[in-house]
Amino acid sequence: MATIRDIMPAFELFQPANIDDALVLLDHHGSDAWVLAGGLDSFDWLKDRIKRPKVVIDLSQISELRGVKEVNGGLEIGAMTTLTEVVRHPIVKEKFSILSTGAELAASPQIRNQGTIGGNVSQDARCWYYRGGWKCYRAGGNICFADTPTAVNREHAILHAARCVAVNPSDSAPALIALEAQMVIRNVKGERVVNAEDYFVGPAIDITHMNVLKPGDLLTAIRIPATWAGAQFYFEKVRDRQVWDFPLMNVASAMVVNGGNIEKIRIVVNAAAATPLRLKAVEDAVRGQPRSAATGEMGGKLAIVGAEPLRYNGYKVPLMRNLVKRAISGVEEPKWA
Amino acid sequence: MGLVEFATNPWGQTVPIHIFFYLMWVAAIGGLAFLMSHAIYVQFVAAKEAHAVAVDPALAAKFPARIPRHSLVARMFHWVMSVAMFALLITAFVPRMGYPFDWVTYHWIAGLVLTASIIFHIFHATFWMDFWAIWPNKEDIEEAKWRFMRATGKDAPEPRKFGKYPFENKMYHLIIVLSGLAVTLTGVFMMKRVRTPFFVRNPYLFADMTWGLMYVLHGLAGVGLIGLVMVHVYFALRPEKFVITESMIGGTMDRDFYLEHYDPERWKVPAAK
Repeated sequence: MATIRDIMPAFELFQPANIDDALVLLDHHGSDAWVLAGGLDSFDWLKDRIKRPKVVIDLSQISELRGVKEVNGGLEIGAMTTLTEVVRHPIVKEKFSILSTGAELAASPQIRNQGTIGGNVSQDARCWYYRGGWKCYRAGGNICFADTPTAVNREHAILHAARCVAVNPSDSAPALIALEAQMVIRNVKGERVVNAEDYFVGPAIDITHMNVLKPGDLLTAIRIPATWAGAQFYFEKVRDRQVWDFPLMNVASAMVVNGGNIEKIRIVVNAAAATPLRLKAVEDAVRGQPRSAATGEMGGKLAIVGAEPLRYNGYKVPLMRNLVKRAISGVEEPKWA
Repeated sequence: MGLVEFATNPWGQTVPIHIFFYLMWVAAIGGLAFLMSHAIYVQFVAAKEAHAVAVDPALAAKFPARIPRHSLVARMFHWVMSVAMFALLITAFVPRMGYPFDWVTYHWIAGLVLTASIIFHIFHATFWMDFWAIWPNKEDIEEAKWRFMRATGKDAPEPRKFGKYPFENKMYHLIIVLSGLAVTLTGVFMMKRVRTPFFVRNPYLFADMTWGLMYVLHGLAGVGLIGLVMVHVYFALRPEKFVITESMIGGTMDRDFYLEHYDPERWKVPAAK
């Protein structure tokens, strides 16, 4: 359990100037290395002295990892591009507004100025038992403190829990999955490209990691194909504090509507499970249907099949149903007065 | 680096949480070292057995050509248990070797199959088999001592041939019983920690120390089984033991093999009709 706050433990700091140097360092130090992007997730861990890496590899000096490029009608976003840069980029706003909306709803302006798109999708779970330094499953222990008869688990998973019930807190991840983005991962041996929906790993497969990155791997870029450019998008995030908070749940949908009917759709929910959930069954059910409140209602009901709420997060079931409904029907219901 | 990993629980107590998983490699390397040493010993050091010992035709005539060794029920138990054991080892350790997959459900299902087969075996062995035939007794230990002395060039009386189960077989069974009971008993309780259709999940059923010791025992017995299974498979595949392995498939063994290696007084077989 962490007892000392705000003073980071000693580590060796490397600030490589290019990707190749970073990869060599990552390969050399393996699991001893900690990759530092914007630092917003990392500094919590380090200052709380819960994670004690021997080596920190700061990516801030690598200009190759920054910026948004237009490629074949789509985009390639460097992993170190800040959320603000993503939000403000004209092509993102024009063609892929679901991503700018999602990224803009992450945290506060100051955090978005510092936080990166790569860091946002790769951030660790926010479960406070885990963040508190307790040796839970995710931390390599043998218990989930959040899934006990007396646990406080308001923010936790309602779907696909497997020993650990923490959720993925990213706001940009569901937008990227809806846009069929691909994650470019490099290590000293080469490059591999992973579909965004396969980038995330649930606890049933690997309980101590949130994504497919292994020691030595570096997420270098995110590619967004032209497939969904200019489609009809919907993004909504529900959080406790509207000014600055992680999602209780968020939803992203990308849709092509033809003659009033849904021709193509991808719909993704996050903070309902340990990974962003692409709702394929809902997509199949609503494809070809009119884009209407009734279709949204049907999709919402289908989305929550199999949900298993914990003691304090039963509210997430109707929340998910309604978010999915709105993401399909595209009509945001009246907010509180 | 030690055997057991500890953690601090919310009450500030230091409790064991599980074994260090490098121990699976220790068990695997230990098992491999044993079987390599044994193979070298048998090949280059141990005295070669004489060619087929002549069997007295009058004695042979008293026994059927195929000696029944394992009943169909006993064989079925063995193979069900084997499949469950392999499934348990694969689901427990392959993800730890860097090949992650959704293992928990398969692991507890295989664990339940193993538990059910062990319970069945206990009843079957108690009421339908010669229960004591598999347990080492004073005579076995005395004769094992003689064998060791003779193998190391010392004077000792000549031991008798084996009963149905040789001493090594009995000791192996004893160790498997202990490790098998350790993994299944702890495993059944550990099912309270995961979501199954059978129990309401409750990780507070026991105190953290009790749970920790249970995980450690489960882990130690589990990694021990890696070595034990390797050794078992090795002996099952050795050419001079293959007749025994075949009997676990077909149920019987050759009469000459029986008369050559076993003492009909100690392993009584129904006479030929």
